[in-house]
Amino acid sequence: MIVADKKPIEEIIEEIKDDEKILILGCNECVTVCEAGGKKEVGILASALRMYFLNQGKEVKIDEKTLERQCDHEYLEEIRDVMDQYDAVVSLACGVGVQFMAEKYQSTPVYPGVNTCFLGVTEERGLWTERCQACGQCILARTGGICPVSRCAKRVFNGPCGGSTKGKCEIHNEIDCAWQLIVDRLKALDRFDDYENLIPLKDWSFERAGGPRKVVREDVQQ
Amino acid sequence: MRLQYPSNIQIILVPCTGKVDALYILRAFEKGADGVYVVGCMEGDCHFNNGNFRAHKRVEQVQKILDTINIGGERAQMYNLSSSEGPRFAQIAVEMDEKIRKLGPNPIKLAKKKAA
Repeated sequence: MIVADKKPIEEIIEEIKDDEKILILGCNECVTVCEAGGKKEVGILASALRMYFLNQGKEVKIDEKTLERQCDHEYLEEIRDVMDQYDAVVSLACGVGVQFMAEKYQSTPVYPGVNTCFLGVTEERGLWTERCQACGQCILARTGGICPVSRCAKRVFNGPCGGSTKGKCEIHNEIDCAWQLIVDRLKALDRFDDYENLIPLKDWSFERAGGPRKVVREDVQQ
Repeated sequence: MRLQYPSNIQIILVPCTGKVDALYILRAFEKGADGVYVVGCMEGDCHFNNGNFRAHKRVEQVQKILDTINIGGERAQMYNLSSSEGPRFAQIAVEMDEKIRKLGPNPIKLAKKKAA
């Protein structure tokens, strides 16, 4: 899932301080799971903002709504009828949702309510860690299901760098060396011979380096 | 025991303090409560294992929010005591009442009156 973290309330207040009718818009997908932008977080933020502005003597209307997703037309259409009631929207969706909102509703400012961090997993409640950088050419089949692109600080292929010490990365002793994990996993799979097979040079044009990307699937297009 | 405690305290029953969401506490302040305190079981005595620890974290979350929006984090508190500690319950109620009186009324209540 896409992992996001809550923005400080002060930062959100700074963005919306001149607006009088605001919609706090949550998303029921990834940001709900990582407890940054779901219905509950919408409620808490809206309540805090209402109290803040009331305390400042400002009359500000703050409404709450949470959509199933903010990255699909059909769900964003659900608010079309009410959008003209607001001066601004604070979207607690990931950066994708914020941008799609902004594209769809050109005349209403949309502010991000979360910081979108990475594609990751819930290791335990309150602990999310990165697993994928959406590089566009997955090599997990060759690396025992462990990704050197997202989990190695240098994103090196074909074995660890010289900074791997006792299974940890040189950038921090709490970070596992991705290549140590890969070696251990290949051994566990009884596929350690695969380690000798060199991974060819990666075409980074499929990654962000190639500019904004798109996936076109004519077979499912209408 | 017929213990006395301040009559301005409104008790809201929940099955476990783990049921107390941060939003419940914020809503109480939004509606004008001068202070909110959550009374949970002793640490380690939760029937649901960690309900009171969860409540404690949520109270801390609310305290931070209240500080950020200038309402005052100390208006929200968490206490732990066992169900057999009636005198302690009354003592906490008095303590909380005194603390909130020192802090004064919830500024939201005043702002609402002003706006009306």
